[in-house]
Amino acid sequence: MTATEILFWFLSILALFSALMVLISKNPVHSVLWLIVVFFAISGHYILLNAQFLAIVNLIVYAGAIMVLFLFVIMLMNLNSNTEPQRNSLIKLAGVIGGCLLLTVMVSAVRSAGEVSNNRALMNEGDIGLIQNLGKILFTQYVVPFELSSVLFLSAMVGAVVIGKKE
Amino acid sequence: MPIQYYIILASALFCIGVVGVLIRRNAIIIFMCIELMLNSVNLMLVAFSKMHYGLGSADNKIVAVNIGTDAQLFVFFIMVVAAAEVSVGLAIIVMMYRNVHSTDVNFLNRLKN
Repeated sequence: MTATEILFWFLSILALFSALMVLISKNPVHSVLWLIVVFFAISGHYILLNAQFLAIVNLIVYAGAIMVLFLFVIMLMNLNSNTEPQRNSLIKLAGVIGGCLLLTVMVSAVRSAGEVSNNRALMNEGDIGLIQNLGKILFTQYVVPFELSSVLFLSAMVGAVVIGKKE
Repeated sequence: MPIQYYIILASALFCIGVVGVLIRRNAIIIFMCIELMLNSVNLMLVAFSKMHYGLGSADNKIVAVNIGTDAQLFVFFIMVVAAAEVSVGLAIIVMMYRNVHSTDVNFLNRLKN
């Protein structure tokens, strides 16, 4: 197996294990830390696919800003492991079975489709992930959604401040 | 790698997120599992963008420069929307905690009577 394949399997197993630990952890702070590991694994996958801009943006925005926000809120509420009530065991079992069934349906619906039968995702080569090519398309074809996203951020900021104000 | 490996990986991460939303009762953990679902979709989009780029550059004799960039820009916008959604969602959760002093989603369900 080449180094690329070894890295792919390592990152995939790391991502899946960390996602399971997000669910299983009793302490919410541990869940946040495992989710940060998931984001690092997914950024590693992006780098393997040579999507460099998205890898760095993923790290900065998700692992750097959003998870820090989650940690602030968890620390503010002073949550620890013995304050969370548990659901009924039967409901937990039903949830896990439902998730496994969803996985089976989704994978079996796609795996024999004609479009994806023999195609490979191109790894380690290709220039479309570089910031120069993405920037050219973003600022020519997609400039309207780009400007609208700034309005979206403004409205989200105003909304968050209005919701969080003490009356 | 064959594209099926990426499909299975992204679907598994998505289903782990779904199971997390169904099982946990803490509102913050539910929110984190929603972010996990969004990230699995992002991974799927980037893998498909590389697949289309590989197909396009194999078909043409000259290297096609910009075939898969749409999907990667869509991932960029998904991250933008996720960041805005997280800020508003956490503001709602903090307000809920301030009124009720608990982040249990079942607790709010019982308050509707």
